[in-house]
Amino acid sequence: MDIPFTTKARPDTGLYNAKLGIWLFLASEVMLFGAFFSAYILLRVGADPGTWAHGLMNVPIGTFNTFVLIASSVTVVMAWAALKSRNYSLYRNCMIITIMCALGFLVVKSFEYAEKFRHYEVWMKDGSRMTGHIDYDDGGVKKHAYFWSTKTLIKKKIESISFTSDDANQWAPGQYYPPMTKEQLEHVKKYADKGPQHHAVVTIKSADIQRLSAFVPAHSTFFAIYFTMTALHGVHVLGGAIVLSYFLFRGRKMWQTDPDRFINRIEVGGLFWHFVDLVWIFLFPIMYIL
Amino acid sequence: MSDHTHDISKHRKTYIMVGAILLVGTLLTFALDHFESIDLKKRAGMLVATIAALSIATIKGGFVAGVFMHLNDEKKWIYWVMGFTALFAIGMLGLTIWSMKDIPGQGNQFDRTTGLPIVEKVSGK
Repeated sequence: MDIPFTTKARPDTGLYNAKLGIWLFLASEVMLFGAFFSAYILLRVGADPGTWAHGLMNVPIGTFNTFVLIASSVTVVMAWAALKSRNYSLYRNCMIITIMCALGFLVVKSFEYAEKFRHYEVWMKDGSRMTGHIDYDDGGVKKHAYFWSTKTLIKKKIESISFTSDDANQWAPGQYYPPMTKEQLEHVKKYADKGPQHHAVVTIKSADIQRLSAFVPAHSTFFAIYFTMTALHGVHVLGGAIVLSYFLFRGRKMWQTDPDRFINRIEVGGLFWHFVDLVWIFLFPIMYIL
Repeated sequence: MSDHTHDISKHRKTYIMVGAILLVGTLLTFALDHFESIDLKKRAGMLVATIAALSIATIKGGFVAGVFMHLNDEKKWIYWVMGFTALFAIGMLGLTIWSMKDIPGQGNQFDRTTGLPIVEKVSGK
């Protein structure tokens, strides 16, 4: 039995069923992301002054990923337009670029996440605090510490940590940890705000640490909502890439037997993809800039 | 979406042009934060920077929805569906913002028996 209205429009709605279906689905997605954006506003506005984590995101990387998603949005609509003009090879090329962009976005995002998982903030008992990286010696090999916290220091009975401070991200300029030498302190002051390439390595005693946290959801409200929203968006990118890949690798047969239905499938997949792009367009300034 | 195949080449040009506009918008958002000469957060304050960044995002979003998703030329059923969705989404945002006043210490809390504000009592100030 044929499924009705897969290509022709229903007389009452003027739309084929899948198109009305995807718009209803997108409506539910608007409410889903809308709820998270509402939560973000509530948390952001309700945060006590000075407690919202600013300037801890890599803006050029976020900008690059925005370019990637915009490019993919252009290519997916071009893929649909290519099918409309019965040019399958152009469709295929556009769709390959779209999927490459989707995978590129996810790869960049995963590197960005990994960088956050080995990036730390340390709150000292004297009230000062700084951000940076922790390296440790593992049988003569220098390794980055991932996911460490105050509990890790206690559990592993670590007496001190080697902390490479990011000068650019000091939240409390001038309030550096006392064991920093005079030369290191001058170095930090001299290059403050010049970029993360100017580091100062300090050894911090665990006994002097009030709290240690990687840039994970437990770090702060900002990172909790950042990871929730970007991970949810990432799942949508992955889902979209899987569906578009299916159309790319398994779509030729339908194109030969029922081209109009195939064009409609690409349109529906493309609408979802544009929505994913649309969400990122708002996520980027909110999470990276403001 | 328009089904006229003869319009496709014209549409292609529009898509590329919109893509270019979106890239420029992204660069502008990046510039708002990256260059000290423009840095709105420092120069004009957080509120102005927020309005500027979200205005750019809204314009970009408008182009994606209007041109790429063809909302500028759609059937009325889709406008109804998305119209109701926008209404509920704005309502949800509004309710959230409205509820902010119910946070202890932020005002709008009153003692049930006396009717007096209990801000000081809650915040401990």
